[in-house]
Amino acid sequence: MNRFDMELSDIAWCPGCGNYGILNVLKKTLDELGIQPEKMVLVSGIGQAAKIPHYFRTNFFNGLHGRALPPATAIKASNPSLTVIAESGDGDMYGEGGNHFIHTIRRNPGITNIVHNNMVYGLTKGQASPTSQAGFKTPIQVGGVFLEPFNPIAVALALDATFVARAFIGDQDRTREIFKKALMHKGYALVDVFQPCFTFNKINTFQWFREHTYYLDDTHDVHNRNQAFQKAVETDKLPLGVFYENTGRKTFEENIQETGKAVLPLHSQETDYGKLKDLILKFK
Amino acid sequence: MSNSIADKKPGDVSILLCGQAGQGIQTVEHLLMRILKSSGYCLFTGKEYMSRVRGGMNSTSIRISGSPVSAPSNRIDILVPLDKGGVSHVSCMLTSNTVVIGEKDSCGGEIPNGVALLDVPFSKIAAETGNKVYSNTVAVGALLFLLGLELEPNLHHIGEFFSGKPDDVVKKNLEAAGKGYASLAGTGTARLQMEFKSSPDVKEQLLLSGAEAVSLGALAGGCNFISSYPMSPSTGVLSFLAQHGSEFGIVVEQAEDEIAAINMAIGAWYAGARAMVTTSGGGFALMTEGLSLAGMLESPLVIHLAQRPGPATGLPTRTEQGDLEFALYGGHGEFPRIIFAPGTLEEGFTLAHRAFSVADKYQVPVIILTDQFFMDSCCNTPVFKLDDVDREKHFTGTSAGYRRYEMAANGISPRGIPGLGDGLVCVDSDEHDQEGHITENSVMRTMMVDKRLKKLESSMDDFIPPRLFETGSSNNLIVCWGSALSAVREAVEILGRDDTAVLHFSQVFPLDAALVREHFSKAEKTILVEGNATGQFGRILKGCTGVDFHGRILRYNGLSFASDELAAKINSCLQEGK
Repeated sequence: MNRFDMELSDIAWCPGCGNYGILNVLKKTLDELGIQPEKMVLVSGIGQAAKIPHYFRTNFFNGLHGRALPPATAIKASNPSLTVIAESGDGDMYGEGGNHFIHTIRRNPGITNIVHNNMVYGLTKGQASPTSQAGFKTPIQVGGVFLEPFNPIAVALALDATFVARAFIGDQDRTREIFKKALMHKGYALVDVFQPCFTFNKINTFQWFREHTYYLDDTHDVHNRNQAFQKAVETDKLPLGVFYENTGRKTFEENIQETGKAVLPLHSQETDYGKLKDLILKFK
Repeated sequence: MSNSIADKKPGDVSILLCGQAGQGIQTVEHLLMRILKSSGYCLFTGKEYMSRVRGGMNSTSIRISGSPVSAPSNRIDILVPLDKGGVSHVSCMLTSNTVVIGEKDSCGGEIPNGVALLDVPFSKIAAETGNKVYSNTVAVGALLFLLGLELEPNLHHIGEFFSGKPDDVVKKNLEAAGKGYASLAGTGTARLQMEFKSSPDVKEQLLLSGAEAVSLGALAGGCNFISSYPMSPSTGVLSFLAQHGSEFGIVVEQAEDEIAAINMAIGAWYAGARAMVTTSGGGFALMTEGLSLAGMLESPLVIHLAQRPGPATGLPTRTEQGDLEFALYGGHGEFPRIIFAPGTLEEGFTLAHRAFSVADKYQVPVIILTDQFFMDSCCNTPVFKLDDVDREKHFTGTSAGYRRYEMAANGISPRGIPGLGDGLVCVDSDEHDQEGHITENSVMRTMMVDKRLKKLESSMDDFIPPRLFETGSSNNLIVCWGSALSAVREAVEILGRDDTAVLHFSQVFPLDAALVREHFSKAEKTILVEGNATGQFGRILKGCTGVDFHGRILRYNGLSFASDELAAKINSCLQEGK
């Protein structure tokens, strides 16, 4: 038991789903980092992964499909003292929310973006997701997917995301290590988490992920973007671990505080009516 | 034939500046407005322009009067073509009473028969002064003479306008204005005798645009977060708040699209900010998903929707009141919203700050509906007052066990924000229980729908009733909403009919049905005036209250109502059936 646990009666996930592992690991990591449920916000979109806030004792904003990142950015900008996690599935973050994914990385808000990547759409019953492997057959892609899968790691690196990592929930300990690093990172942190879908993806199973992944070792320099990019485009075996970290960029909140002179948190800001009166009178 | 300006005895003077985009119309307009306002005249300027950065004919109409004016007129007393093609652009509006002041070499061939040309070689005089760019200032000088104003006491306005420029440029501009003035002063050209009085009160008033009025209102409403995607004609509000962002501590973000913009604004409210978005029809279309989210989360939200003619890209730089029903019905599902539509600059300011206060109080999205005409029109208006601004913030601290959607008789649950207290603030776009957790319980579903809709009823405590303008006991009622007010009021004044009242709605939804019926019960004849093709507000009024109209005057050609043209239409509407 930890402080993020809550009484659960009705969980919408299938038995054996990788989501359970992510839920447990995230709670454990937050607990270990000493983060209080009242001082964090879990923001999600729509889909099975996006239901995670309902099994989590914390503040949450369960918004629209594909739209977790814009409110997460705004919440962090409005009150930087909050720990903000934006969490959803691959369809939500990379498909419906693809444009927000790109521009959130450019903004570099201090949020942790956890993406449950099971390479299939679960809630809508088994269609291809942006990360489905070529050849994957579904009720819609009846002849098999012929698009190349979306590579979130490479896209994030191309945009100079300040923290880029991939985890596999089949290994909870190492996933926890990666989550911890992501949560402690100052700017935007992407953790793409491989997570099998028992019901709709019979190809990319726990076994498949074990056979098709390996961990980046100590020889990988996380500050070398080119090396990270080389690793990101490997497809024979998919690397796991932290690909890249850049601590030199200002966060969105830092930038807006500097240029906007906003008093944060915004909820405690008071309008300067004296100044406003002067501004109005300038139109005389 | 009357072609001397001195023969005119108008109640107001209407000047039209016409030229290519980027060619200095704004300079002439700005200088004239400053000078005329400091002389105590009431002023109005309206703009029509083409959707491009440079080139293409644009025009700015300036009306000068002894009493407040806030609508364009189709009458042109003085036309100032600043480029070739300027006369042709408006030739159908010229009459024998119009004086064109311009360069014979440039526009001589475009002057219709019977229209007088006062030849002032702007560019030649400017070139003699040192550079052709001074021709706008030459035009200002000539216009000052024509309007019967003194040169010397007004030169400082010109100096101030160019004050950021090198001394030499300032000097040359002053010289150019003097030469423009002298070019007519020495020729025996008759000057306009303005029949109306100036007033010292005007000097103490504000002179600003609709975009500025709404922006200042947003600041008064405590706006400290704006996320938007640029779209004409709504961008003025975004750029105003950006320019004053650091002064007032506003988070300003140009989002990747309108979907991100509205979702950011909702996230900001969730965290305790006061957020708004500003957009036009196409952007609002993308925002409707987020609007529905605000409805479900019971999030306050302020949306400024500056209308332009659609469908699709429509006429990007022109005006219409065509998105009222879209604003009312946009967004899937049933949830309450409040829609304001300012008719005056003062209302633009007041409704903008009220939008923040009622959005916060009732936890509903509030839409401020303006349009290109309202955004871009300028006139003098009494100084905005800050005394009646509701400064109360409606969020609360929470304690353990807090439930965001606690049932309440008025539908309004106390709104906590994360991090402020020991409670957890849980909001969900799915149907949810009182804690904010997802539910499919049909009893809870019904309770939540009723709770949300109840807030619309509760918001009637802050209902803004329609304003009735009447001079005597009226048999006729002209009904309008939003920016149509100025032209409608002036049209009725032009007709001089004290049997005709104007009923203007600045809150267009929700409505007080009993109050509407009461106004209609007293009228023998009711006429609807709207800037769209199908009479949208008429339909909403009928649906909400059952009232109907005897006549409808609808305009949807992309241009705003002109008071004189509207007067003729109202008159013929009133004659019908008599």
